[in-house]
Amino acid sequence: MFPELNNLLNTTPEGAEQGKLTLLCDAKTDGSFLVHHFLSFYLKANCKVCFVALVQSFSHYNMVGQKLGVSLTTARERGQLVVLEGLKSAVDIFFRPQEEPHPLQFLREANAGDLQPLYAFVRDALEPVDCGEAAWRCPVLLVDDLSVLLSLGVGPVAVLDFVHYCRATVCREWKGNVVALVHDSGDAEDEESDVLLNGLSHQSHLILRAEGLATGFCKDVHGQLRILWRRPLQPTTPRDRSLTYQYKIQDKSIFCCEPSSEPYSL
Amino acid sequence: GSGARRAAEAVANGPDSVEWEGRSLLKALVKKSALCGEQVHVLGCEVSEEEFREGFDSSINNRSILYHLSHQRSLKPSRQFIEWKWVFQRRLVYHDLFRDPLSWSKPGKALPGGPLEALRALDKRTGSGPATIALDSLSWLLHHLPCPILCQTLHALSRQDSCPGDTLPGEQVRVLGLLHEELHGPGPLGALSSLAQTEVTLSGTMGQASAHILYRRPRQRPTLQTQWFSILPDFSLELQVEPLLESQPPSDLHTPSVDPTTHLTFNLHLSKKEREAKDSLTLPFQFSSEKQQALLRPGLGQATSHIFYEPDAYDDLDQEDPDDDLDV
Repeated sequence: MFPELNNLLNTTPEGAEQGKLTLLCDAKTDGSFLVHHFLSFYLKANCKVCFVALVQSFSHYNMVGQKLGVSLTTARERGQLVVLEGLKSAVDIFFRPQEEPHPLQFLREANAGDLQPLYAFVRDALEPVDCGEAAWRCPVLLVDDLSVLLSLGVGPVAVLDFVHYCRATVCREWKGNVVALVHDSGDAEDEESDVLLNGLSHQSHLILRAEGLATGFCKDVHGQLRILWRRPLQPTTPRDRSLTYQYKIQDKSIFCCEPSSEPYSL
Repeated sequence: GSGARRAAEAVANGPDSVEWEGRSLLKALVKKSALCGEQVHVLGCEVSEEEFREGFDSSINNRSILYHLSHQRSLKPSRQFIEWKWVFQRRLVYHDLFRDPLSWSKPGKALPGGPLEALRALDKRTGSGPATIALDSLSWLLHHLPCPILCQTLHALSRQDSCPGDTLPGEQVRVLGLLHEELHGPGPLGALSSLAQTEVTLSGTMGQASAHILYRRPRQRPTLQTQWFSILPDFSLELQVEPLLESQPPSDLHTPSVDPTTHLTFNLHLSKKEREAKDSLTLPFQFSSEKQQALLRPGLGQATSHIFYEPDAYDDLDQEDPDDDLDV
């Protein structure tokens, strides 16, 4: 995890809030560093994590995780981490006999229906087990990423329903957290992506948006990070709190600063 | 926030956006209705019951006494009797479509019949006394029900007192719906807003929320009104006057214009006579009507031009036309 991001979000692994949906969003840049941050953050916070990893292989996440101080292999072995490796299991679904519903069952169907099997997988992975010993702190679902589901043919309402159920079960019932990444294509014609992004924004408590700089690529500043706290407990102000920072990702850390008024020279 | 009740008032507590969220206003209107003694039924699709009730005080959340009066009009005034009914019920009833709207859980915690039946059932529950139905949210319903069916059901909900005669003026149903504008295309948005008698669009500037309220009254032109407001921590609605616009950002400082011709060693100015002479001058290539006339009719005073040529010793005067051999 990046300690600098913890400072910006005013949180620590020990004192992480519970029952929240955090939306990660990227536009014109790669926001996967946020996924790696939250994955290592919640593993360090001793939470039970279910990671729906649809974009990269497990070894990729493991490699980055090691730079950030966690070992995914160890976490998986001791039962703290459950990973759905989308790239691998998507192939299994075609070469395995159809015994029980597969989390990515929708790939087999002509009309990609709903994501109930995926929700069932998450529910089974994170359901608190009463085994008497000190359990994990709280269940956490991490999804990388939801836009992949759109491109696999699932409708935006079906994805929203999946997140709704995860929120109802993981956040509300089990007081856990859900973190999901979504891409903002910026394409005005991509209505499905817009509906998904806006629908998720309405459901979220916290939105982290990584944007590329409007002026283009820059060596010293990789992008701009906008943090929006929504759904405050008290509606003291109609407008939610929002902060903007510029960031540069280094090997094991991230450098954040207030946006400069000076334009960066390319 | 209007306190007046109208027959079959259907209000769409309309479009909000991610920037200006509408649930707080919905809760404020719900609180207002409940404090007026109405029973409020909330069809909750997007948030849990605990989250919706958060912030309301016990007068809304707990069971309380609602009494209402029913009297029989058919009896003569002398034989009229008034019956007071004491009813214990919750002011705010939350119909939970959040936990399991699509019956995915086992054992099922879903409301029977799914979202459509849950919506239709609200009709029957608001039998006695004035009531408010709050739909949180219309967007969720629009995503899960076909638009025509949703519109018909909403229409039926708000028209339930259309049977003449028996209904008391107080026994009407007000329907409030929360809609997230960015999630829908213009078709469904238009259909829903045509059903609504009042449409409230939320926005704001500089941290202050405003509501653009469009009233549609039958046989009258729609009127638009803007109301600035804020919602207090206990979900009371506070109306405000328009905030003073902050002073405009300071415009570029005007430097006093400097006349560049003041310190020159030569004269750039023209005196009046010089200006007149300049203005009356005809430019040689400017084609005016006078010039046209002059060219067409060479006057007597104008001499034709002559060329005087003095050949010197080395000139070879050849009278022949050098272009003779050209075949033109």
